[in-house]
Amino acid sequence: MLAWTIYLSFAGALVEALLPKGKNALARWFALAVAVLGLLHAFGGFVHGMGQGRVVIVDLAWVPSMGIHYLLAADGISRVLVLLTGLAAVAGVLFSWNIEVRTNEFFAFYLALIGGVYGVFLSFDVFLLFVFYEIAIVPKYFLIAIWGSTRREYGAMKLALYSFVGSAMVLIGLLAAYTTSGSHSTSMIDLAHAGLPVSFQMWCFPLVFTGFAILAGMWPFHTWAPTGHVAAPTAASMLLAGVVMKLGAYGCLRVGIWLFPHGLDPWGFSLLGLGSWRDVFALLAVIGIVYGALVALAQTDFKFVIGYSSVSHMGFVLLGLMTLNQIGVTGAVLQMFSHGIIAGLLFAIVGRIVYERTHTRQLAELETMHLGRRLPFAAWAFVIAGMASMGLPGFSGFVAELQVLVGAWMVRPWWTIAAGIGIVIGVAYTWRALQKAFFSDVLPTAHVLEQEHEPSHRLAAITWPEITGVIMLTGVSLFVGLYPRILLDTIEPAVKALLAGGGQ
Amino acid sequence: MNALTTGFPMLTLLTVLPLAGAAVALFSGRHARAVALFATIASLALALFIWASLPTDGAMGMVERVAWAPSLGIEYHLGVDGLGALMLVLSAIVTLMSVDAAHRVHHQPNLFFCLVLVLESGLFGSFTALNFFHWFLFWEISLIPAFFLIKLWGGPRRGPAATQFFVYTMAGSVALLVSFLALFLSTGTMDFGELAQLASTGALEQMVTAHLGPVMIWLAIGVLAGFAVKVPMMPFHTWLPAAYAEAPSPVTMLLTGAMSKMGVYGLLRIALPLFGHQIAQMRTPLLVLAVATVVMGAWAAAAQKDLKRVLAYSSVNHLGYCLVGIFALATPAFGPAALASQTAALNGVILQMFNHGITAAALFWFISMIQFRTGGLRGIDDFGGLRKPAPVFAGLMGIALFSSLGLPGLNGFVGEFLIFRGVFPLAWVAATVSILGLLVTAAVILKVIQKVFTGPVPEHLAGFPDMQHGERLALAPVIGLMLIIGLVPQLIVDSVNPTVVNLLAHWRF
Amino acid sequence: MNYTDLFRATLSETALEIAALLVLVVDLGFLRKAALKTRTAVAALVGVAGCGAALWALQMQGSTGLNYGDSVLLAAGGYIAAAQAGILILTALTLLLLIDSVFTRNAGEYVAVVLMAAAGGLLIAAAQDLLVIFVGLELLSLGLYILTAFAKSSGKSAEAAMKYYLFGGMSAAFLLFGFSYLYGITGSTNLHEILLAVYGWNAYRAAPLLYVAIVLVLTGLGFKVAAVPFHLWAPDTYEGAPAPAAAFIASVSKVASFALLISISTAASHVFDGRPFTAALTAVQVPAVTAHSPVYLGFATPWMLILTVFSVASMVLGNFAALAQTSVRRLLAYSAIAHAGYILLGLAFFTHSPLSTNAILYYILTYGLTTIGAFGVVSVVERATGSDKLDSFLGLHKRNPLLAGILLVLFLSLAGIPPLVGFWAKFNLFAAVLGAQSGPTPFALVALAIAMSAVSLYYYLQVLKRAYVMPAVDETPIKAHPVTLIVLLAIAAAVVVFGCFPALLQGWIASFYI
Repeated sequence: MLAWTIYLSFAGALVEALLPKGKNALARWFALAVAVLGLLHAFGGFVHGMGQGRVVIVDLAWVPSMGIHYLLAADGISRVLVLLTGLAAVAGVLFSWNIEVRTNEFFAFYLALIGGVYGVFLSFDVFLLFVFYEIAIVPKYFLIAIWGSTRREYGAMKLALYSFVGSAMVLIGLLAAYTTSGSHSTSMIDLAHAGLPVSFQMWCFPLVFTGFAILAGMWPFHTWAPTGHVAAPTAASMLLAGVVMKLGAYGCLRVGIWLFPHGLDPWGFSLLGLGSWRDVFALLAVIGIVYGALVALAQTDFKFVIGYSSVSHMGFVLLGLMTLNQIGVTGAVLQMFSHGIIAGLLFAIVGRIVYERTHTRQLAELETMHLGRRLPFAAWAFVIAGMASMGLPGFSGFVAELQVLVGAWMVRPWWTIAAGIGIVIGVAYTWRALQKAFFSDVLPTAHVLEQEHEPSHRLAAITWPEITGVIMLTGVSLFVGLYPRILLDTIEPAVKALLAGGGQ
Repeated sequence: MNALTTGFPMLTLLTVLPLAGAAVALFSGRHARAVALFATIASLALALFIWASLPTDGAMGMVERVAWAPSLGIEYHLGVDGLGALMLVLSAIVTLMSVDAAHRVHHQPNLFFCLVLVLESGLFGSFTALNFFHWFLFWEISLIPAFFLIKLWGGPRRGPAATQFFVYTMAGSVALLVSFLALFLSTGTMDFGELAQLASTGALEQMVTAHLGPVMIWLAIGVLAGFAVKVPMMPFHTWLPAAYAEAPSPVTMLLTGAMSKMGVYGLLRIALPLFGHQIAQMRTPLLVLAVATVVMGAWAAAAQKDLKRVLAYSSVNHLGYCLVGIFALATPAFGPAALASQTAALNGVILQMFNHGITAAALFWFISMIQFRTGGLRGIDDFGGLRKPAPVFAGLMGIALFSSLGLPGLNGFVGEFLIFRGVFPLAWVAATVSILGLLVTAAVILKVIQKVFTGPVPEHLAGFPDMQHGERLALAPVIGLMLIIGLVPQLIVDSVNPTVVNLLAHWRF
Repeated sequence: MNYTDLFRATLSETALEIAALLVLVVDLGFLRKAALKTRTAVAALVGVAGCGAALWALQMQGSTGLNYGDSVLLAAGGYIAAAQAGILILTALTLLLLIDSVFTRNAGEYVAVVLMAAAGGLLIAAAQDLLVIFVGLELLSLGLYILTAFAKSSGKSAEAAMKYYLFGGMSAAFLLFGFSYLYGITGSTNLHEILLAVYGWNAYRAAPLLYVAIVLVLTGLGFKVAAVPFHLWAPDTYEGAPAPAAAFIASVSKVASFALLISISTAASHVFDGRPFTAALTAVQVPAVTAHSPVYLGFATPWMLILTVFSVASMVLGNFAALAQTSVRRLLAYSAIAHAGYILLGLAFFTHSPLSTNAILYYILTYGLTTIGAFGVVSVVERATGSDKLDSFLGLHKRNPLLAGILLVLFLSLAGIPPLVGFWAKFNLFAAVLGAQSGPTPFALVALAIAMSAVSLYYYLQVLKRAYVMPAVDETPIKAHPVTLIVLLAIAAAVVVFGCFPALLQGWIASFYI
């Protein structure tokens, strides 16, 4: 069932590309239908898979001469992330309802990207995963370059090249692993079994991990993220921050940690207090958390605030992965889901609801616009999204971040302290943006109040797709926040199996 | 504490009821106030029912317990005892008063009442929670609506006031969270009951020291800091006057009537059971701060020119008594006499919470009425001789003011009396200095009465309308309550005392 | 050897030659009065028929080669047959691209030259003897020089041909000189015998000369594949030659040249198969070699070393120079240099098992296919807009969405994006390199290649950006001839299908070994 998400998306992309120009309504509704179908399959697969371990979906010999298989399988982690993709996909279509230029091409690239993402989460053959990972790069480029806003061509190229370089690093590592392992198979299950020599893992792991971590926005390779997110059109930003960055983190976990577990072992010597790759990457993650938060605090462009906050939140994911204990890694996966939803919501509000109406993202300008009164829906949606982003209890982020903090404490307490500082700064920048954009103190004069009632001055009404999208995303975050067991019960056994080693 | 579970999730219903009301109110436009009234009256009825259904032995009743995220020790664990139930009733009453007073919200009333109801839900949630996560969740939930209520409907300097309120309370929350995280890491549980159990045998401190080192005292300070901001205790009180003054009066009623009690409740439910020994070790400096709160609060009130600020500082002062009572009883009991004093003090603290809540809320209600009738005036010097044009008004407000002063026969007296009764044997220096506070408060209240109600009537107040029929109907029960409790305090003490005895039996200093 | 054997061994070349003559006859004899379009179409179709006949003949030929006494002149079967089949198919495609062109009135002559050059290519692929190699090489090259100059009304065409010719002539001279040394040192012109004799006493004594010979030979061959530093002709030729000719040069001549390099590498690695020198010497009983004698590198080591240098230089220079180009043709030329660099890496780290050979063949065949497609698209756009600058591609997705789609597929394949065939070609090749030899050096080189591949994405995206992203200057639709369109569509489809199912093409190549 889950594999249909991939096929439907690609088929949908092809059909969209062939749709006649000018039939925008048809393009939109078709895209929505495909996305919803994908979500239904994802949800169905999630429910169906509850309580089951890893399930193989498809296993065909693809390139027998190299032992490459078209191997699709799903375990708890995959199912949760596929569900996230489904939700993000539907939300993205809803928030792109107002695209009028080359609509069918937009949705064609969009669905192709979604298909690639589904593919990555479901692949259990290391080269199949790589193929889907690369497939996702090109639609991203075009989505940003054609429909984006600020410095879109530069942002698109930067993103494409960074992603490609990251994937090149991964390819080198994978090729090396494949030739070294001697096992004539590229299935991840077999490679995890293969018992690669520790010295090999010691240098292959950081290579592969860094390659994937570039896409996950690890400091200092994160600079593509804010530029790219700001340049991208709303739906693309939602997908980029919400799902695509998770591809990188997923790769770090599934390929990096699962296949090369000994790469994280202590080196035997200590350099500046760092004694293993685990220390190094955890340090980079923590720096990313704090740095991302600090820089977000200083931004003048609303979307940049959210962009940098994504870097900061992804730092949590990477930190959680580096704890290598059950609770930390579970928290990391939950944070992937949670941040995916929340980031999507934030970008949707900033991009679609605010920017497309006010045509400015500068906080200084927004301050004068009294958006709290003129766009109450946006204001309150941002309040809720902001609370979720801050990690307020009751939303999905709290449980995830708490788990990461607890997991980090069990390894090195100072990681937790530094990450906690990041959370506090997170409250600050979210609240600052909220204040400035929606609830600024400037009291409106009578003149401005009068103006607000003139028709030409009115901001466009909130449309039903926007309402649906916001409610959907908020609802999910709230639901998971109040009842985290629904995801934790699926994630925890999968994480346990993965950490236990290649056997499972 | 033994747990009695009933079949019906009464407490969940109580917590969810205002949320449902909030959702309906949001879409009710002009009728939001009616919806809110309905919801708050229903909540009050439910809260009274719960209070009446309490077990009589002081144990936890109506317990609901469901595992939520076991790996993090998070459970959905609710329950009430005498203390909690009284707080529920208080919250319901104060919210009802607040909604009643908010009949002139022109701007987006649906949002206003939605936020008020969410706030009420937060209050209910935090007074019934028995697991840290759930408690913290509702603690935060109550913070957000309060912030927006101040920010969007407040007075001219509402921006900075709201900001300060938010930042202070958030900082306090962070301190709480960090401390509890440390407790969880050492013990693997976040349940108040289990933690209290561990603390009462001294095991909690051992576990914390084993896992984290000698940080128990710091955890205690963190937790105390979190509550000190909320109560507030000097020197963390500086957010209060601005917030109370700039918030619209209905919101101030909520802030002073119910939200400040969350802090005191937290001290009773969390700080004393878990960190009793540490608090006993720090007793002297804490008492100093508490007494300072009492005295400085009163002195500052005396210096204010804005009626709302007078009452704000007066609130600080009144809650200071609670703090004195709490810290005074944090001492190892050395005999039945001492135990009796502790019991008295604790009873007094709980009563003071309830009484002050009602009284302060009523007072702010009166202030809002004055403001409305005089077009926004609320300076202490702006008035005079109001008892001539509005005798009923003067009479009712006078009763409330005298209750605040602590006149015997009114409810304000009972709590303060019990506190002093308990504190004198336990910490007579603190009690003696606090009397200063009593005296200064008396002076302040009398000055207010004199300036506002007596003396010549200025021109602009000649047409000051007296209380309308509807207003009398609304305020009469409140004033009546003040009188009843003042004359027959057993009504409350009888249900609270078993809980007090139970609590004291388990606390270890 | 008798003439029957010769005939049988060169059946496909003969078929091509006959087809060439037939084209000339038909064109000069029967179509004098016909319109240019008809003549071009007929000539092209006859040429394609000739390729088809040659393919059939190839299949008939089986795996019997041509021997002269004990030495093999021409080999057949295995990778050679695959390369030859590839050459024929690619030639047919470039001829189909000719159908819509107007750059010459001498269509018959053009097709004839193409076929003859293709015959030369077939010869090179099969050749195992130095002189046969040279003959085939000259046959191919002379044809290519002429083809480059065919657009008589274009100054660029003439200039490019001149440069190509001068450069080519010089490098042919180098090649021959190198061959002469090899003959002198080893006493034979057969590849296998030469490489056998390399481990003999004469070669050992003449050692420095052997290295010189290898350098000279690689100079000549490096020119043919446009490896740095012998690449200077490529940008000008790709830019100046008429599009079908450029397509032919970029694909067929490369396939032939690389097939030749495979032959030499196979021979080098087959003989003594990497056994240590002393063991080899013992095998041929060379006297008086002691531990103090100077180190003898033999053939394989310098060969590998020089190929590695060529490879690295080509990869780096090709990709970085392409970044700066504004003309799409020159961009394709530099990218061709870069791709040549990747393949040379595969040749440098070579093992005689089919692993390396198949990977290289797979790469060059798919690269040739993609390049023909790319030149096809470029020629259509050029004809419509008058130039091949990047800006003439502006708004292509509006002017001809199908063409833009084909461009997208082909360029992404060249960049190595899955699931297109270019990705598998690169991946296959790098896996073969690492499989042939493990260790830090091949690994670092593969890492470099992949990194350079990442660089290449940038300039391919520049073209695609113009086609899809940037606003159009001129929105008039671009028309393409139906046959051209069908050919391009077929190529794009092949790129996608072979990319999604790599086993198909690999299986086809492997089938030649049976």
